[in-house]
Amino acid sequence: MPNMSPTKVPMPQQDPNVRNKNFEEVATGYTAEMAMEEATRCINCKNRPCMTGCPVNVPIPGFIEQVAAGNFEKAYEIITSENALPAICGRVCPQENQCEGKCIRGIKGESVSIGRLERFVADYHMAHGAKAELNIEKNGKRVAVVGSGPAGITCAGELAKKGYDVTIFEALHKAGGVLSYGIPEFRLPKSLVAKELENITDLGVDLETNVVIGRSLTVDDLFARGFDAVFLGTGAGLPNFLRIPGENLLGVYSANEFLTRVNLMKGYKKGEVPTPVKVGKRVAVVGAGNVAMDAARTAKRLGAEEVYIVYRRGAEEVPARKEEVEHAKEEGVIFKLLNNPVEIHGEDGWVTGIEVVAQELGEPDASGRRRPQPIEGSNTVIPVETVVIAIGQSPNPLIRQTTEGLETQKWGGIIVNEETGESTREHVYAGGDVVTGAATVILAMGAGKKAAKAIDESLKEM
Amino acid sequence: MYKIVKKEVLNSVVVMMEIEAPYVAARCEAGQFVIVRVDEDGERIPLTIADFDRERNTVEIIFQVVGYSTTLMAKLNEGDYLQDFVGPLGQPAPLNKEWKRVIGVAGGVGAAPLYPQAKKLAEQGTKVDVIIGGRTAELVLLKEKFEKFCDNVYIMTDDGSLGEQGVVTKKLQELLDAGVKYDHAIAIGPLIMMKFVVALTKKPEYNLPTAVSLNPIMIDGTGMCGGCRVTVGGETKFACVDGPDFDGFEVDFDQCMKRQTFFKEEEHECMMKLQADQMQN
Ligand SMILES: Cc1cc2nc3c(=O)[nH]c(=O)nc-3n(C[C@H](O)[C@H](O)[C@H](O)COP(=O)(O)OP(=O)(O)OC[C@H]3O[C@@H](n4cnc5c(N)ncnc54)[C@H](O)[C@@H]3O)c2cc1C
Ligand SMILES: Cc1cc2nc3c(=O)[nH]c(=O)nc-3n(C[C@H](O)[C@H](O)[C@H](O)COP(=O)(O)OP(=O)(O)OC[C@H]3O[C@@H](n4cnc5c(N)ncnc54)[C@H](O)[C@@H]3O)c2cc1C
Ligand code: SF4
Ligand code: SF4
Ligand code: FES
Ligand SMILES: [Mg+2]
Repeated sequence: MPNMSPTKVPMPQQDPNVRNKNFEEVATGYTAEMAMEEATRCINCKNRPCMTGCPVNVPIPGFIEQVAAGNFEKAYEIITSENALPAICGRVCPQENQCEGKCIRGIKGESVSIGRLERFVADYHMAHGAKAELNIEKNGKRVAVVGSGPAGITCAGELAKKGYDVTIFEALHKAGGVLSYGIPEFRLPKSLVAKELENITDLGVDLETNVVIGRSLTVDDLFARGFDAVFLGTGAGLPNFLRIPGENLLGVYSANEFLTRVNLMKGYKKGEVPTPVKVGKRVAVVGAGNVAMDAARTAKRLGAEEVYIVYRRGAEEVPARKEEVEHAKEEGVIFKLLNNPVEIHGEDGWVTGIEVVAQELGEPDASGRRRPQPIEGSNTVIPVETVVIAIGQSPNPLIRQTTEGLETQKWGGIIVNEETGESTREHVYAGGDVVTGAATVILAMGAGKKAAKAIDESLKEM
Repeated sequence: MYKIVKKEVLNSVVVMMEIEAPYVAARCEAGQFVIVRVDEDGERIPLTIADFDRERNTVEIIFQVVGYSTTLMAKLNEGDYLQDFVGPLGQPAPLNKEWKRVIGVAGGVGAAPLYPQAKKLAEQGTKVDVIIGGRTAELVLLKEKFEKFCDNVYIMTDDGSLGEQGVVTKKLQELLDAGVKYDHAIAIGPLIMMKFVVALTKKPEYNLPTAVSLNPIMIDGTGMCGGCRVTVGGETKFACVDGPDFDGFEVDFDQCMKRQTFFKEEEHECMMKLQADQMQN
């Protein structure tokens, strides 16, 4: 008899007023008992609607059945047959729009907590599981993967399992892409990212950090060095700015700069590391996606007293994961929705405030969301010392500027065949944010996997 | 890890290191830079490629000890390793083959980034004069190296202990007033020096196009953080990918100077801590 409770087994969490002062993980994870109880809420639907919501086709009811039975290692095997980074996806997937959004149990009451269960299984395996014996027969062919974010590491892992010699080239000194430099410790512990990466290097994948493709080496150099195919998973790392007056004042950061200082450069260990990060008493974060939530909650943890999310659209349009928005509110972040920044004010070169115009929602625009329109004369200035701009990123131009025959969209995204990830340049594939623009971890992984399959099919014939 | 194959202390505050870095050595051009991390928890600091040897796979950097990271780095010796060394970053300096004669102006450690540009100009057949400035004789860098290929090397010191007494712009104005014909100027040094050079070369009676090399605070050096933004010709540019060399006539120097001070407080705290640690050991 399935467990008919209409609500999820609650996730144990640090108290909001404690956690908004530390960088430890907010949600502490299910115990085995909690996981087994939650797992019995799954009614093992025949047509598995949940799976249609998962971009990488994790066999959801199959693994949940094993969790319910207490066979956690078996559950791990089932998940990892399709998803190489379950500890990460369980934590950061926007489940409400994906797997859980399609779950039958969600029609009346809450969906099965697929994400939390996936996380539990991955964490359990990390703590208890044995390393799998590997027996990979090399096929003598070589693939270069550029970028070590979720797209790159997934593609590399898949190809390594098939016997390819894979080298990942990463521009930064540390692998992981956004998982390492962007998403904060309190949401995705870096030790865990390191472990998931270790699983990939254990497959024999070589990782070369400090290599910027387009500068240290070009794509042509990679072919000249004997690589048979190249996968570009370079993400969307170029920060967009608002182009309003005052953006170059001291105290204005892009979210990338702010989060990189804190995460990659460990600025959260104040006083222990040399990379400086400065936060005022009052901080305005412009934007309302995951990146903005991360910046706002980070600012709070670094000691800011008042932190605002400034967003020109309304609550329904907020693109961040639901859980992040709730967590941010619990931690005391103040939402200033329907407010569009028009100028950053300063004195003697330093930020003193951000001027916003109140908005009302008009007709739907091209994106289907209702277009915000300014209410004349409603300008106000929010006094702040720090402004973080989190309004999106575009692909970095270094590779497209140095690779002939690689066609891109006007906004910089690499053009590919959607089925294969093949670019307009022979033997060059691409996937993840560099193709789609800033999206999600799981979509990037899906793209990496798809490209690995296509690369294998094309190289097998050679 | 990147091996320090040679170290030379150039004066009381400036150190030269030759680093084994095959990727950088293979592709770098005058005007480009690297980003260095000294140790595992180190910050990322940009340094210009002062020279390179493609056969030996090495790159030279010349740095002034000004704060935490450069202090730590100066303690390392031949045979030690730097944690990270990535590049070449930035655009190669736009050195026009049509230029017949160029004047280079360097202040302090700015002589190091000027050197590879001047050398490349000389190699392509452009006549090069340079003015090197320093507070005192000791702080004048690379005089002998420039003398190997420059037509004229003018030295200016604040106290007159070497060359002539005065600032670099004094010599530059003398040359221009004497009617020496230059097609271009390249000024590299402290922002305030570059600002004054441009104020001079921009005067209608001289109108001498002047390239300057900007050194805003950087992290990644690949266009990812936007921290290095500078205003050039009224537009925001990322110095690490669009520069570091820009048309001096278009640069908003006052904004650059202001932005360099963003983390003064935090940098100072960090340095104090290092000094306290050193006192204990
Ligand atoms: C702060 C933040 C929070 C987020 N939160 C979530 C979330 O909760 N859930 C979710 O699903 N998604 C989230 N996202 C989005 C998600 O992280 C990205 O969609 C995903 O990481 C994209 O993966 P990728 O592999 O395409 O690129 P990235 O993760 O961006 O990795 C690209 C890598 O390539 C490297 N690189 C770039 N150029 C070069 C070059 N020329 N040579 C060599 N290496 C290069 C970069 O240094 C980087 O390491 C978040 C993003 C950010 C910034
Ligand atoms: C493209 C470029 C090329 C450079 N080339 C050289 C060179 O060839 N030789 C040389 O001596 N110096 C060079 N610099 C400056 C050098 O990067 C700084 O002196 C160094 O980062 C100081 O670090 P610190 O921790 O020792 O000092 P700190 O006490 O931390 O800082 C001292 C001052 O250095 C500047 N600075 C600090 N951190 C950075 C950073 N991450 N990026 C840029 N500037 C910073 C700030 O103005 C700061 O006030 C260059 C800078 C740039 C941007
Ligand atoms: S990978 Fe993401 S979408 Fe797929 S089942 Fe796991 S949490 Fe859901
Ligand atoms: S839709 Fe929900 S209840 Fe049905 S199998 Fe999937 S997780 Fe279980
Ligand atoms: S240093 Fe980060 S964008 Fe230039
Ligand atoms: Mg420093």
